[in-house]
Amino acid sequence: MRCKKMVDVGRRQFLRGGALAAAGAAAATVTTTPAQATPANAQVDYPSGKLANVADLAVNEPMDIEYPDADSPGVLIKLGQAVDGGVGPDGDIVAYSVLCPHKGYYMSYNSEDRTMNCPGHFSRFDVEAGGQQVWGHATQNLPQFTLRVDDNGDIFAEGASDLIFGRPSNVL
Amino acid sequence: MAYKRQIDRLPIPPKDAKVHNVTCHYCIVGCGYKAYTWDRNKQGTLKDNAFGIDLGEQQNADGTWVAPSMYNMVKQDGKDVHLAVVPDQECVVNSGLVSIRGGRMAENRPSKVTGTQQQRLSDPLVWRNGTWQPTSWDDALDLVARVTARIVTEGSEDDLLLSMFDHGGSAGGYENTWGTGKLYFDSMKVKNARIHNRPAYNSEVHSTRDMGVDELQYQYSDYEVTDTIMIIGANPLETQTNLFLNHMRKGLENGAKFIMVDPRRTVTVNAAEEVAGAENVLHLAIDPGSDMVLFNALFTHIVDQGWTDSDFVTNSTFASGEAVAEDAAHPAGLGSLDYALATCRTSTAEAAEICKVDEADIIKAAEWIAKPKDGARRKCVTAYEKGVIWGNDNYRTVGSIVNIALATGNIGREGGGCCRLGGHQEGYYRPSDAHVGRPATYVDQLLISGGGKVQHVWACDHYKTTLNASQYKRAHRKRAEMVKDAMDASAAGSREQQVDAIVAAVNAGGLFVVDVDIHHSQIGQNAHVILPACESNEMNLTSMNGERRLRLSEKYMDRYGNSLPDCLIAAKLAQNMERVLRDMGDDAYADQFKGYDWETEEDAFMDGYNQGNPDVTYERLRAMGNNGVQEPVQGFEDGKLVGVERLYMDGKFTRHGRDDGKALFCAASWRGLQAPGKEQERATHKFWINNVRANIFWQNQFLDKDNDFIQDRFPYPFIEMNADDMAEMGLNAGDLIEIHNENGTTQGMAYPTDTAARGQVAMVFGSPTGSQGNVVNPGVNELVLPDYKHTWGNIRKLADATPAAKAVSFKSKEYTS
Repeated sequence: MRCKKMVDVGRRQFLRGGALAAAGAAAATVTTTPAQATPANAQVDYPSGKLANVADLAVNEPMDIEYPDADSPGVLIKLGQAVDGGVGPDGDIVAYSVLCPHKGYYMSYNSEDRTMNCPGHFSRFDVEAGGQQVWGHATQNLPQFTLRVDDNGDIFAEGASDLIFGRPSNVL
Repeated sequence: MAYKRQIDRLPIPPKDAKVHNVTCHYCIVGCGYKAYTWDRNKQGTLKDNAFGIDLGEQQNADGTWVAPSMYNMVKQDGKDVHLAVVPDQECVVNSGLVSIRGGRMAENRPSKVTGTQQQRLSDPLVWRNGTWQPTSWDDALDLVARVTARIVTEGSEDDLLLSMFDHGGSAGGYENTWGTGKLYFDSMKVKNARIHNRPAYNSEVHSTRDMGVDELQYQYSDYEVTDTIMIIGANPLETQTNLFLNHMRKGLENGAKFIMVDPRRTVTVNAAEEVAGAENVLHLAIDPGSDMVLFNALFTHIVDQGWTDSDFVTNSTFASGEAVAEDAAHPAGLGSLDYALATCRTSTAEAAEICKVDEADIIKAAEWIAKPKDGARRKCVTAYEKGVIWGNDNYRTVGSIVNIALATGNIGREGGGCCRLGGHQEGYYRPSDAHVGRPATYVDQLLISGGGKVQHVWACDHYKTTLNASQYKRAHRKRAEMVKDAMDASAAGSREQQVDAIVAAVNAGGLFVVDVDIHHSQIGQNAHVILPACESNEMNLTSMNGERRLRLSEKYMDRYGNSLPDCLIAAKLAQNMERVLRDMGDDAYADQFKGYDWETEEDAFMDGYNQGNPDVTYERLRAMGNNGVQEPVQGFEDGKLVGVERLYMDGKFTRHGRDDGKALFCAASWRGLQAPGKEQERATHKFWINNVRANIFWQNQFLDKDNDFIQDRFPYPFIEMNADDMAEMGLNAGDLIEIHNENGTTQGMAYPTDTAARGQVAMVFGSPTGSQGNVVNPGVNELVLPDYKHTWGNIRKLADATPAAKAVSFKSKEYTS
């Protein structure tokens, strides 16, 4: 089955960069707390996870990440030119989920035109335009992780812009 | 920066959520979904929920997932309830796949809680005091009936211009086509009628029907077991998304070859190459309008090589000579294979020259279609759509396609088929339209030239979706304004005085416009009475998809405000006509409007479709679920409705009504660009203006103008353009440009596209902010089928990209592995 093979290729491409485990808090339980328990906050509490240091990143070489937990693969990219929503000294570092928000297939990064591409059903997303779906079947743009860079250049993920495929809550 | 939903969790449907069968009402494929509804104060948990799976675990690819667009909060039995509309894994049409349209059914429902689709009409509106004022159904329909009754009795029913949908899904369906059909074709005999996307009441595929072949005769699984898929003037990955992904794709994975006939390279071609390998995909990028020449050459080559299915031709097609002569109602003669070939005969060399493609590729296409494979007959599915239906010389071109399918025995057999791909679902059940005549009236021209006095518009917006739209709009607005002025001037008078004033205005050249729609449309700006309709799932609705799969899409929410199903609006209008005509003393005519005592849409279904198909009831369809039954329904056995996989499996062809059951071939004689004015337009303008579809809002753009996710992607209609052409004109990505020719102007944003040929642009059709129809000339064929596709114009820059356009990605739409 060609389709499955292609998914595997996509997965390998991401493992190639070496996964960095998300540090930080364990996921908080929030969605279905019984009435008698402590009331949940209105907003999901995201863990703060260190992804990398600015110095670890080379322009246009994606790094595999996992956020908000190990079951949610993502990608961290230094684009080389500032973009809306980019962080770091050059305003060019972005991070996204790599599960296609259509049917959850692992996507591949096309470094030539800087898009994420889904082998499942041919959707593609522009990482230079906030993850906007260039063409495809997803009904939302690519979940983008909210990043913070501290004084040491450490990059932390601390939130997500959209619901990640395959979960009713970004933090499970 | 792209639009962010900023949603990071969703309510979970509980185990006891109500579950409803839903067929997506947007495109013809009709994917199956399940709608879950549950009380506002209830929710499921990660472990205990309606899906019966552990939602605390990350779901795998293809796993069950409710995207935020699949969720909303709507009214059900007067109460706010949660709603999740989720693709159905068990539906054979889509097997759990979701399109960018169907996946947004929930968020495109009207909700006062979440604020979605507040553009929907909630009450009848009547032009009063210089604007549209809300009123009751009784008040609005009294005015409509009084004016209409006066006009058709003082003049004739020919003074009533009618625009009405004829399709399924969305606003159509068997209930609503019957309600409107009974009113206008039974109680009345309105002949000056047109359909939502063409300026007359006619078939888009007369020739295939005249040849005996219904245009939807296969089933979708035929793509999975065929040797070759030939797609003509269509872009199924965008416009029949899950037909491509769930059926064509399987065929390609099973080794099928793929032929695409289209001047433009599309994402469909790219995806086919990804799946099958480029060596198994043949894109014939023919010169615009030359399709018939290509098919005539393929037909000729296949016959000359002896690759026809001689048993099929002998047993199932007309044997000798001419069966139907060319005349005013038949733009080509029909008859035997030899008879047709005498006219169609075209060499591959001639075709290569006219179509501007390699002769070797034409020969390769013929081989892929018909050359015996391992000593056995080759199977080929052919599908076509607007590229030829809205193309050059519709009758003959469609006929030339069906010729090949008949010659190769590819109709009525597994792995075969020669079908249109379709736009909406189908759902046509109406009394005879024989009184309309053939050719039918070119209603737009009648209106433009001052004909007609009252216009009833049902779910059509000709401002966005007709040809020669610039002229149409000017005439329509001018005539409607005369009536608005008369209504304003007589506002203080009695109803009788106002009707007198309206009648005087229309007798002086005005037009009284009644618009039935779900929202206040652009043509509705000229309306005097606006009547609010509802959509599928706000009512029960039956339709059939592109493989004739009939389903009941169930009502799961309340109608918005005071809106009603179209069939019940038609019934109320009929009842008002009866009352008014009786008051006028015309009892005989009033009696024609009896028989509309329907309380529900099911009553309309039973009065119409069930009369012709007595086995089919709501209860039985509900039990058949999202897989439904493939029409025509043959009976009811063992608690199930029984349908048919494909038509003509017995080799007898009946669509033309001939007793001999023999299919006819079409003598498709090439005559260049057939429609008046096209050749001259081509000669005098720089760009070919193709009109195209985009999966993102195909069939639901009227809703998506109120959808932030969609508007963020395409704030203006895109116009795909070759980068060198743009550079030459000093254009940058996103610049607002205007297309202009003698017919009018339209505008959009330039989308640089490296696969666009120089001198060819592709503008998305039907946009609320740039009607491509403005620049399409009035040219039609003998049966009033418009040629939207062949339009030439010049282009000029209007403005630099706006901030909204600058935020848009202009990267290639083609997936790259």
